[in-house]
Amino acid sequence: MSRRVGVEDVTRVAELANLELTAEETPRMQKDLNAILDYVDQLNELDTTGVEPLAQISELSELGEAVGTPTLRADEVRPSIDRAAVMNEAPESNGEFFKVPKVIER
Amino acid sequence: MQKMNDKNFVQKPKTLTELSVGIRSGRTKSVDLTNSYYERIAALNPTLNVYLSLTKERALASAAKIDALAAKGAELPALAGIPVGIKDVLVTKGAPSTAGSKILKGYHPPYDATSVAKLEAAGAVILGKLNCDEFAMGSSNENSAYGPVRNPVDIDRVPGGSSGGSAAAVAADLAVATLGTDTGGSIRQPASFCGVVGVLPTYGRVSRYGLIAFASSLDRVGPFAANVRDAATLLNVIAGHDTMDATSSQRPVTDFTADIEKPVKGLRVGIPSEYFGEGLDPEVKQQIEKGIDQLRAAGAEIKEVALPTTQYAVPAYYLVATAEASSNLARFDGVRFGHRAANADTLSAMYRRSRDEGFGAEVKRRIILGTYALSAGYYDAYYRKAQQVRRLLAEEFLTAFADVDVIVTPTSPIPPFKLGEKTDDPLAMYLADIYTVTASLAGICGVTVPCGTTSAGLPVGMQILASHFNEGTAFRAARAVEAAQE
Repeated sequence: MSRRVGVEDVTRVAELANLELTAEETPRMQKDLNAILDYVDQLNELDTTGVEPLAQISELSELGEAVGTPTLRADEVRPSIDRAAVMNEAPESNGEFFKVPKVIER
Repeated sequence: MQKMNDKNFVQKPKTLTELSVGIRSGRTKSVDLTNSYYERIAALNPTLNVYLSLTKERALASAAKIDALAAKGAELPALAGIPVGIKDVLVTKGAPSTAGSKILKGYHPPYDATSVAKLEAAGAVILGKLNCDEFAMGSSNENSAYGPVRNPVDIDRVPGGSSGGSAAAVAADLAVATLGTDTGGSIRQPASFCGVVGVLPTYGRVSRYGLIAFASSLDRVGPFAANVRDAATLLNVIAGHDTMDATSSQRPVTDFTADIEKPVKGLRVGIPSEYFGEGLDPEVKQQIEKGIDQLRAAGAEIKEVALPTTQYAVPAYYLVATAEASSNLARFDGVRFGHRAANADTLSAMYRRSRDEGFGAEVKRRIILGTYALSAGYYDAYYRKAQQVRRLLAEEFLTAFADVDVIVTPTSPIPPFKLGEKTDDPLAMYLADIYTVTASLAGICGVTVPCGTTSAGLPVGMQILASHFNEGTAFRAARAVEAAQE
């Protein structure tokens, strides 16, 4: 198995993803990531020169027949979800805003 | 089927048609039916761990409303009084919706998913929320933060995943039908493992509003039922455009039950050799070949089709799915809903600790892989490459469907495995999805239907795929396979 992803790479990616891995989690993640990346390497066997990436299947599935009106809805003012019900689910709120710890750091 | 031993809890639910006749005539009270389901759940859930929470008050109110309408002789909607269960990744207003994760423990969403609202509008009685792999990431249900679901066929075995609770509930008659979601096989594989019917609707056929997102270019909502007709009836109810989901299709919805009994004489059935090679369990292969013979005997025309990119589908799928997941799961940050770590003195420490405490190992693994695949310097090699392979795969299916009406394969290469058998090797678990991720990437539809059992009595499922928006054809072929087993 290759060791192309080192501990420092895992730590860097975890930081990008806002994950804090424990000392036990990091080596395990490194091992799994290397195994998975070795496995997905087989995609390089396939020549994809000139193939446009496909991000959304509707590009293909909605071709052919006319499929009706555009999918964007009319821009009308409508009631949205009740604010109190939303705020009630927040870990910390004053009823109007979400409260978080201080932002300035590092 | 009666209980065969202390490890088997399979019981076939009454059909929707049977139950509907009773409810409409007033002979069956939906309230009684609902209560009888709650009794069975109380008896079996401690063993099977199918339901994570129950919505009794809401269910009994809906049931009472239907009974009152029936008593007045009013015309009743399609699913009037029918008890159903909902996978816990679909949100339900005021009721727990955890996605199988600790990070959403205690969350009570302020709205209903469109698919749930549509079921209820059609008279269905929502019994409760069903266990699943955390954020629908898994193939065995062992990634649920609330413990694994047991397969009602054999409780030492997994029910499949990620919609394991949805499949097991139907198999054990803990709901007449259920909703699940499928990103890479999460409806089809558990349906196959538990011996029930599962439907992967075409991408865009069913609204995803209120689905806790995993991979948005792949996620779909679909039904589970004990028979093909009931599954098609549920799809009739949940399908269609939704102004709250811009990715839902504007295409008209036709009655999916209309052609179910139409004979398959002349139906062109494609068999891709890529799905019958190395890695396929010989007993599964034998049952699927028997099913194909039954289709041939019923007059279907069996043809070979080529899908050579199949072998690259699993790596392409795991890159696309994890990349999208890493983005979708950024919303769980301890600010607006769900778990927040205590005593974090800065915002970024709060984010990191909340996520570390809230997410399980597989979710973290996928976020890390997806973040890596999208990170500077690796995007072209991984994410872009996977999307190119995705186009090749999708175009291959479209070419194949120019010659055939449906494509038939095994749903899973292996029968349900034992709990713990694959938990130490994430890659081995991913490879179990080899026959299902292809249709996910291509956006096409499919149905998995029970197709015999192994010598040990474990269910085998046949996957019947059809081109975009041709669910009716898949149902028709599935019904023929079902009829041949009866």
